[in-house]
Amino acid sequence: MSHIKIQLKPRQVEQLQEVCQSFNNKPGELINVLHKAQSIFGYLPAEVQEVVAKELNLSVAKVYGVVTFYSFFTMQPKGIHPISICLGTACYVRGAEKVLDEFKRLLKVNVGETTPDGKFSISCLRCVGACGLAPVVTIGEKVYGRVSPDGVKDILKEFE
Amino acid sequence: MESIKITIDKKIIEVPKGTTVLHAARQLGIEIPTLCYFNLGDMNIENKPGGCRVCVVEVEGRRNLAPACVTECTEGMLVNTHSIRVLNSRRTVLELILSDHPYDCLVCAKSGNCELQSLAQKLGIREIHYEGEKSTYRKDTSPAIIRDIDKCIMCRRCEMMCNDFQTVGVLSAINRGFQAVVAPAFEMNLDHSTCTYCGQCVSVCPTGALTEVDHTRKVVNALADPTKTVIVQTAPAVRAALGEEFGLEPGTLVTGKMAAALRQLGFDFVFDTDFAADLTIMEEGTELLDRLTRHLNGDTSVKLPILTSCCPGWVKFFEHNWPDMLDIPSTAKSPQQMFGAIAKNYFADKIKVDRKDMVVVSIMPCLAKKYECTRPEFAVDGNPDVDYALSTRELAHLIKQANIDFLSLPDEDFDNPLGESTGASVIFGTTGGVIEAATRTAYEVFTGKKLEKISFEELRGLENIRHATIDFNGLPINIGIAHGLGYARKLLEDIKAGKSEFHAIEIMACPGGCIGGGGQPYNHGNSDVIKARQTALYKEDIEKPIRKSHENPFVQKLYEEYLGKPMGEISHHLLHTHYFDRTNEVIIDE
Ligand code: SF4
Ligand code: SF4
Ligand code: SF4
Repeated sequence: MSHIKIQLKPRQVEQLQEVCQSFNNKPGELINVLHKAQSIFGYLPAEVQEVVAKELNLSVAKVYGVVTFYSFFTMQPKGIHPISICLGTACYVRGAEKVLDEFKRLLKVNVGETTPDGKFSISCLRCVGACGLAPVVTIGEKVYGRVSPDGVKDILKEFE
Repeated sequence: MESIKITIDKKIIEVPKGTTVLHAARQLGIEIPTLCYFNLGDMNIENKPGGCRVCVVEVEGRRNLAPACVTECTEGMLVNTHSIRVLNSRRTVLELILSDHPYDCLVCAKSGNCELQSLAQKLGIREIHYEGEKSTYRKDTSPAIIRDIDKCIMCRRCEMMCNDFQTVGVLSAINRGFQAVVAPAFEMNLDHSTCTYCGQCVSVCPTGALTEVDHTRKVVNALADPTKTVIVQTAPAVRAALGEEFGLEPGTLVTGKMAAALRQLGFDFVFDTDFAADLTIMEEGTELLDRLTRHLNGDTSVKLPILTSCCPGWVKFFEHNWPDMLDIPSTAKSPQQMFGAIAKNYFADKIKVDRKDMVVVSIMPCLAKKYECTRPEFAVDGNPDVDYALSTRELAHLIKQANIDFLSLPDEDFDNPLGESTGASVIFGTTGGVIEAATRTAYEVFTGKKLEKISFEELRGLENIRHATIDFNGLPINIGIAHGLGYARKLLEDIKAGKSEFHAIEIMACPGGCIGGGGQPYNHGNSDVIKARQTALYKEDIEKPIRKSHENPFVQKLYEEYLGKPMGEISHHLLHTHYFDRTNEVIIDE
């Protein structure tokens, strides 16, 4: 597993400590703390997990165990252009999975991963409420409807 | 206490409320097989995740089979431990586990001691009806422990030991489903983590997923090399456990047979770590008295309590967790390293052998000693004071490989001068023993009086934290004892908070001290084994003609001839060490 090393700024450490305090530093609140931390940092780098472990008086291994157990936690920073593919029922039956496969093939990364240049990351969602446009893909703020596997290449070109 | 009557396999038994079906059955002599369950009750160690489902039984009136390890007995319960449904379910569970397990038994280090293997035999598994993907995970090798996680069955015993008992917290279950493994944080290698190498995870692992680094081949090669003088030292706890590997009752002392076997194996000198334990008492005891006297005279720069430093697992734990208190443990080296330093300096000179042509092997109940002898400060120009540390189990293998009929060996003595020892050094192998040995010497030196009673019963036992006050001629000396790093942590937190009343504290990482060390024959969750080893050491102590370290004639001679006085210049150089802040040594692998 590859890890990108980061250095937390003192202010970020404080911010994390405040999050932990808001849950009374209770070890039982680990999942909630991690959710909050991920919403702040966008992902959960090792350094964040270390601070959380210390504050909640848990071993780092246990925190890492929880982070790797639940698929909604990620240790990878999102790309500059985060790609989300809707796998809700409507999109799914209209071939969203093939679209996803095409993104994976072209970018050579898996769901939850980021390209080595930090440009793109892929994640999946459940129903964005635009079922009429299925299959739906969002990249950053932009929404693409009726995406076909063939169209993926052109979409990616827009970001070059 | 309220008691409950239940029937298991048509036998009736009355048990206190709260008893599990597993324990009730055991009392009836019915051995329900278990796999993830592990218990060393006398030392507050228990693992019962109720996860493997090997121990299922049929309870009349219940629809589902019940795991016996977590099911409490209820009044009138009717239990069947071997109905056809139970037998089939148990087989299925085991076959599923085996379907994701390598078929390595022929060459596996755990073979013969593996609980998975014996369960497969017990249930008569001859083929596996499930075929599936097998996990593949990189092997992780450290100075003391090898993790071969493909053999992991996710019983999580190691996690319990490392987190709950030791509070080191290196190991945790990570990932989910098929990908799940037990690993250090961020899947870093063990030698990049805060692992203390106490080896307790190895002690409890039912399979070959966690084993020690085996140095027996290297030792055999050294013994076969005519240019090398090969010296062996054996730790106190080994003699009380080695016999188990040859079918003897736990607690059978095999000191004499062990010396004979080592001689037959071809070691040039068969010495005893106990000698170095006596030396440790001279140095550590003197240091204790020195700090105590200065403290009593109002010197505020001296720190009390003094902590023992013979356990390398404990030392590493300390270095990772309390870098701001590195001045409180005794600076005395562990007996293993004192022995190495004396062997490769004093003894090498005496027999006119260059230290490079001398190989020092130690036989230890311990895996942390494998790590300890690789610490760079214990080497001179890259040549280590102790070359190889073998576990009690590895020694048993060596003896068996050499076709030595261990049980019929005559008792032999250790060689001199580094083989002579006292009763005080023998009890180093049990929790409470080091501090009792130190007390015997410190009392006599401090008060100038002879001890009337040499045994200090108040320091003995198996509770995880103990304390006693010893009267030093009107001066009350408070002594604390902890075994298990989680308990040590409690005492250390008190010290840090300025709340500790102790003058001296003994700490051992393993349950029961070294008798329960990570390199000892597997106890398979039977604390009677550890108790029997403890009793054996106290017995050998009583039988020794000399029971106080400072009365060891060869130790006295060593000071006269070579060392000068305890904590003197040469002692300081050879027998003392210093500690390191290891907080920045934890490396997250890229
Ligand atoms: S050797 Fe001790 S500290 Fe290291 S992983 Fe095993 S139990 Fe934990
Ligand atoms: S490594 Fe051994 S003790 Fe740990 S979970 Fe796996 S099988 Fe159990
Ligand atoms: S208690 Fe003994 S066996 Fe265990 S780590 Fe310490 S020295 Fe080694």
